[in-house]
Amino acid sequence: MAQELAAAGAFASIPALLARNVKEFGNRPAYREKEFGIWQSWTWAEAAEEIQNLALGLMALGIDKGDHVAIIGRNRPALYWAMVAAQKCGAVPVPLYQDAVVDEMEYVLDHCGARFVICGDQEQVDKVIEVQDKIHHIEHVVYYDKRGMRKYDHSHLNWYHDIQEEGRVAHHRLEGEMAEREAELDYDSTCVMLYTSGTTGKPKGVVLSNRNIIESAKNSSEFDALSPGEDILAYLPMAWVGDFIFSLGQAMWCGFCVNCPESADTMMTDLREIGPTYYFAPPRVFETQLTSVMIRMNDSGDLKYAIFHHFMEFAKSGVGEKYGMPKRRLAKPDLKRRVKTVWKYAMGIGFAMETIVENAVRLGFAKLRYGKNVRNHFKAKDPILLNLYSGNLRDYFKYRMGDVLVYGPLKDTLGFGRIRVGYTAGEAIGPEIFEFYRSLGINLKQLYGQTEATVFITVQPDGEVRNDTVGVPAPGVEINIADNGEIFYRSPGTFVEYYNNPDSTASTKDEEGWVATGDAGFFDKKNGHLRIIDRAKDVGKMADGRMFAPKYVENKLKFYPDILEAVVFGNGRDMCTAFINIDLTAVGNWAERNNIAYASYQELAGHPRVLETIQEHVETVNKSVAEDEMLSGCQIHRFLVLHKELDADDGEMTRTRKVRRVVVEDRYSPLIDALYTGKSEQFIETEVTYEDGRKGSIKATLEIRDAAVVNSSQGMAAE
Amino acid sequence: MMDAMNMSTDTNPDSYVTDDGRTIGGVVMDLKNITLRFGGVVAIKDISFDIREGEIRAIIGPNGAGKSSMLNVISGFYKPQEGEVWFRGKKRPPMRPYQVAQQGLARTFQNIALFDGMSVLDNIMTGRLNYMKTNMLQQAIWWGKAEKEELENREKVEKVIDFLEIQHIRKTPVGRLPYGLKKRVELARALAAEPSLLLLDEPMAGMNVEEKEDMSRFILDVNDEFGTTIALIEHDMGVVMDLSDRVVVMDYGKKIGDGTPDEVRNNQDVIDAYLGVAHD
Repeated sequence: MAQELAAAGAFASIPALLARNVKEFGNRPAYREKEFGIWQSWTWAEAAEEIQNLALGLMALGIDKGDHVAIIGRNRPALYWAMVAAQKCGAVPVPLYQDAVVDEMEYVLDHCGARFVICGDQEQVDKVIEVQDKIHHIEHVVYYDKRGMRKYDHSHLNWYHDIQEEGRVAHHRLEGEMAEREAELDYDSTCVMLYTSGTTGKPKGVVLSNRNIIESAKNSSEFDALSPGEDILAYLPMAWVGDFIFSLGQAMWCGFCVNCPESADTMMTDLREIGPTYYFAPPRVFETQLTSVMIRMNDSGDLKYAIFHHFMEFAKSGVGEKYGMPKRRLAKPDLKRRVKTVWKYAMGIGFAMETIVENAVRLGFAKLRYGKNVRNHFKAKDPILLNLYSGNLRDYFKYRMGDVLVYGPLKDTLGFGRIRVGYTAGEAIGPEIFEFYRSLGINLKQLYGQTEATVFITVQPDGEVRNDTVGVPAPGVEINIADNGEIFYRSPGTFVEYYNNPDSTASTKDEEGWVATGDAGFFDKKNGHLRIIDRAKDVGKMADGRMFAPKYVENKLKFYPDILEAVVFGNGRDMCTAFINIDLTAVGNWAERNNIAYASYQELAGHPRVLETIQEHVETVNKSVAEDEMLSGCQIHRFLVLHKELDADDGEMTRTRKVRRVVVEDRYSPLIDALYTGKSEQFIETEVTYEDGRKGSIKATLEIRDAAVVNSSQGMAAE
Repeated sequence: MMDAMNMSTDTNPDSYVTDDGRTIGGVVMDLKNITLRFGGVVAIKDISFDIREGEIRAIIGPNGAGKSSMLNVISGFYKPQEGEVWFRGKKRPPMRPYQVAQQGLARTFQNIALFDGMSVLDNIMTGRLNYMKTNMLQQAIWWGKAEKEELENREKVEKVIDFLEIQHIRKTPVGRLPYGLKKRVELARALAAEPSLLLLDEPMAGMNVEEKEDMSRFILDVNDEFGTTIALIEHDMGVVMDLSDRVVVMDYGKKIGDGTPDEVRNNQDVIDAYLGVAHD
């Protein structure tokens, strides 16, 4: 313990780190938020003062040590301050998912017993007021955005700035006690309580200590050499452990700047304006971005289209990995490095101009010959002068040229112009998507983690990045794999307990501190990287005893841009079947291109040509699944395309967008029966919940299709 | 932001407080015996009604009833042949539309009248023209007074953008926006003028249910937050009955009903006008 403290430099809590940052980086920006079209910023010193005032204000309202303070809203500096302010008062912040419906919020607020709730805006306040009818321990509600709040009963409702003002006035009276409470915080006191998304059953409150948070932040920051100069965009749900670690843990440890977008809708524009150097996004975000890039490239001019594909192919051949990856940044570039950079780009620009001119002329001739159909016949070529070089040098120059023409502008458009380290986690990422971003020179890596581990279990080190593994154990993490394939870990980030739930704590974490992840996986013998197959409890056996790993197949299906979500069934059955959700953006665009008219999601999902395309995908996946001896039983024999998207509001998915298998099985049981009884279509009526909590229902008759499977023992296609 | 526009109505004996806590003051605009003719066609025939401070006043009626003409009379675009328009206790002389705007009136149009090639931001900035004093040359050089003025006005515009939640389309050319958003931009431009009386000509025409809900919310919020008096024309009866404090019903240029939504709903003439009446 003493050693750990020394390692952390005696900064045993977030408020202590804040004080250090004020001392060291007082005038550097700590928080930025776009408001009224302008990036407003706060230095560390200013942020610390805001936090101090809020904390004093909360003290004046009577906050006690150990109280839970619920925090609900979109990512805003004010709410991050609220978390630190709560810690300063000796209380424990409990961030909640802002898009949770009232029932979900009621459970969590009831479970944590919060006396104080800090809300972002009216929408959240309304939900809390609704909950207050049933839960009586909520005493004070604080809101930040004043809009629409004028006519509310303010006897137990306070404006954030009023609280701060109150704190400012009362500082003589309360500062002493607050300093005492702050000094009492040590490595073992609770830093934050985060609720799991609840893939199975009710959410559980994971208690994380200062040791968990600070050690994890420290180890991971050192692992990627994060510096005070980083910029991150805080846009992921505040209730999620990842956001807490990146936007609070690591930001406080390193002293870097946290940028908050203007609203959820402007996230992409804000991303571009900030150009973060360190970035995290779930695979879905990368997928959406790639889809939109591809759609826009299809709409672009012939020359641009040809050049884009020419250079993307080149970058994907492994050159991007070799020449594109950002170097570890020096504190200040020296003269030699600056000259090198200029030289690099001067060469690139010269060749780039030549490429454009040569290809434009060639395209002109091609157009004369093929007319409108030119896109299918014309391919861009390298400029002639590039032939002066050969081998590596040639590749190097060509990549620089591509940087000027394609990769650079594209990265800039996506907001990845300055990115040095990017992570993705939560789900498997498609090989194509992964390759696309990496070949652009974006150092996108994967990590594997969970709330109970304070995020990090395994991470991919620079230069050892693969699409199908999740990396080596993170610094300080020990991993053990049980006989049934389940992964266990032990680390400084291992959670303290589940709040008010000793049974769950005991069944997850043993006396020696080993935690069961619930995931099954194995270490790749060649490189020592961990590979995840599926949730351990989802890995089952089929009727004939073959292994059933649904996630493995679902991920392969989801790698197709057309398929948004897939749910595979087959545990204890004699064959596998699947539900499929189409991706409206990708399929809608395809429909537009092929003159297919549709009026609704449902109609598009049931269109015979869509079904044909999906069937092709399923059959290709079957072939690739059949290659793996162990998993060949998981080929999909029959499938259907669902008439509605699986939705968190209906409880079919968690708020982090993971499928709740049990709920889906239950809601769509007639469809599953139909899949196994050989019917060719099935009627279903489903209840849906709208965002405002009202209910409605959708009816549909779904077509069920058979897919060709590969008979692995004979290697022949069989129907 | 628009507090300055709120007239003090505390002393007015007519003022009352609604169920949802808004204060409705005295009469702001009084239309007396208005008759409007286009050649031989009588568009509005001897109509009188008033609009009170802080209320939402709806004008409804079947197609061709003369609602839009009425709105144009209020906005000063049409000059009625007979009758008087009293505004804030004074008889309003014939005015040019910009003079009316200077008096604190702003409006949106039934057929969207935005500049398609300009960005949302620029469109809304045009709503501030009445507050800009520098000339074109100064603005082109953008130095000193012109710069300061633009920054001040931009701030006001940004507040409107924030209020109507259209940050994500700030820089998008209006021509590329869907219909519902264009309507919202139009409302934003009208709001940027900081009106004390806002005229909305079918703000919800052609919208789907969700867009209508959003728009209704915004109209209520504008009225509530800024105390802006609103006169609106709308076809959707549900919306009108939910939103407005008082309703005027017109048919063939005549006023056939006036009162609270409940009174109007039970008015036999109104029912006849909408549902038709059996001729026997």
